[in-house]
Amino acid sequence: MQNSSNRSFYLIPYLAWMLLFVVAPIVLVIYFSLFDLHGNFSFVNYQNFFTSVYLKLTLSSFWYALLITGFTLLIAYPTAYWLTKTKHKQLWLLLIIIPSWINLLLKTYAFIGIFGVFGPINAFLSQFGIDQQQILYTDFSFIFVSVYIFIPFMILPIFNSLDKMNPTLIDASRDLGASTWKTFTKVIFPLTINGVKSGIQAVFIPSLSLFMITRLIAGNKVITLGTAIEQQFLVTQNWGMGSTIAVFLILFMVIIMMLTGQKDKGVLSNGQNK
Amino acid sequence: MDRTSKFSKVYLALVFIILYTPIFYLIFYSFNSGGTMSSFESFTWEHYAAVFSDTRLVMILINTIIIALLSALLSTVIGVIGAIGIMYLRTRKTRNTLLSLNNVLVVSPDVIIGASFLILFTMVGVKLGFASVLISHIAFSVPIVVIMVLPKLQEMSSTLIDAALDLGATKRDILTRVIIPYIKPGIFAGFFLALTYSLDDFAVTFFVTGNGFTTLSVEIYSMARAGITLTINALSGLIFIVTLLLVLGYYFVTNRPKNPLRTGVPK
Repeated sequence: MQNSSNRSFYLIPYLAWMLLFVVAPIVLVIYFSLFDLHGNFSFVNYQNFFTSVYLKLTLSSFWYALLITGFTLLIAYPTAYWLTKTKHKQLWLLLIIIPSWINLLLKTYAFIGIFGVFGPINAFLSQFGIDQQQILYTDFSFIFVSVYIFIPFMILPIFNSLDKMNPTLIDASRDLGASTWKTFTKVIFPLTINGVKSGIQAVFIPSLSLFMITRLIAGNKVITLGTAIEQQFLVTQNWGMGSTIAVFLILFMVIIMMLTGQKDKGVLSNGQNK
Repeated sequence: MDRTSKFSKVYLALVFIILYTPIFYLIFYSFNSGGTMSSFESFTWEHYAAVFSDTRLVMILINTIIIALLSALLSTVIGVIGAIGIMYLRTRKTRNTLLSLNNVLVVSPDVIIGASFLILFTMVGVKLGFASVLISHIAFSVPIVVIMVLPKLQEMSSTLIDAALDLGATKRDILTRVIIPYIKPGIFAGFFLALTYSLDDFAVTFFVTGNGFTTLSVEIYSMARAGITLTINALSGLIFIVTLLLVLGYYFVTNRPKNPLRTGVPK
């Protein structure tokens, strides 16, 4: 008796909140995607989405996200692995994480200077007689800055799963004659795949929707799904089309979450304390 | 063996250098009297003075801090209530449904959150500005608080509540004398995370802020789009110090290194 009245006392405000800020916004986005610019009900936005312009945009957005996630993983995995081998590993991990607390905008802004025509990279290159390069506003700078920003978010889940791994398994693998490489591919990597999946999820979805970095670093040359949504909502004021792209982004997000999701053992035991 | 460990040290050092260089680069040039981020002329405090003499910028700083504190406080209250509610749920299925709903906001790209909230606020008729920014910051912080508090609640034995009931505790006593003290570390972590998420947020705020109201992130964005201003560098110097103090403070207060300090990309 006490329990059930207690329950509704605690649940109702939270449920109301969730309904208002999780369910309602998604429903509204779907609803708006069904109206054209003049407020008439139509599927014209969906038709538009399947034209070459938007399909190309979606593909290129995926391609960039794939590149960003790939490079991030490539850099983050060895870092996480060797971090677990250091003394005071929690302290080193903290030091890796601190940059991720610094405001995103500031880190991006730093690269406007670093990659600038008179910036240190160009100054360094000119030492070797290489002419001034336009580094800013290229694909390279966009991917570099994105990878830079996402590295800590990839390291963290991988570090956690590596840290949880039983080290005797590696000794066993060595004793049984496996090479270092074989130990890695057959023992270490499969055992830490959940961390890798969490990391991919934490990097891939945001990189599909980046729009601030594309504007500041790629100078409108790279258009991601996020840039397109921002453009439709805040510049063109075509909320219908913006909502349609958002619907697809939500769909992709659900697919990615299903692909990288892991069977929940308990309520929150997916290793990633998000 | 020795070779690999040497290589690993070099590799780690390189990663650390790459992670920290941009930050120190920004701070270094904040003392440059030259006005650019490429040639250092002489040492000056003038850019720091410029930050504090610019009343508009100071107002924005104050706004940002007020939004962060208020949203962290309110989202902690709602989140704790929600987490307790979820704990009371007996069926696993409803609990999992609620938790996935909870996770939607954590995983959602910030552009989606921003755009959908913009529609919501316009439909409901909330004026874009302080209120809309505050509400959206609370909205995306609540799930994080729930996630930080819930494990602590699950750790707590339900016999504690039964014992309190047997001893004649009221509903309120149970909350304030039994549950809250037990889950305090979770509440603290949730509050802290909500604070940093709010301070860090750019994209959601960018969508739901009107013409009159700006937070620091949005202001830095518009300044950076206009080009290099060393005022931003001075700001980053200040923010770096504050962040460092906050992180170290958090680290030493909680001193629970097992708890990952931060996961997920800032909203």
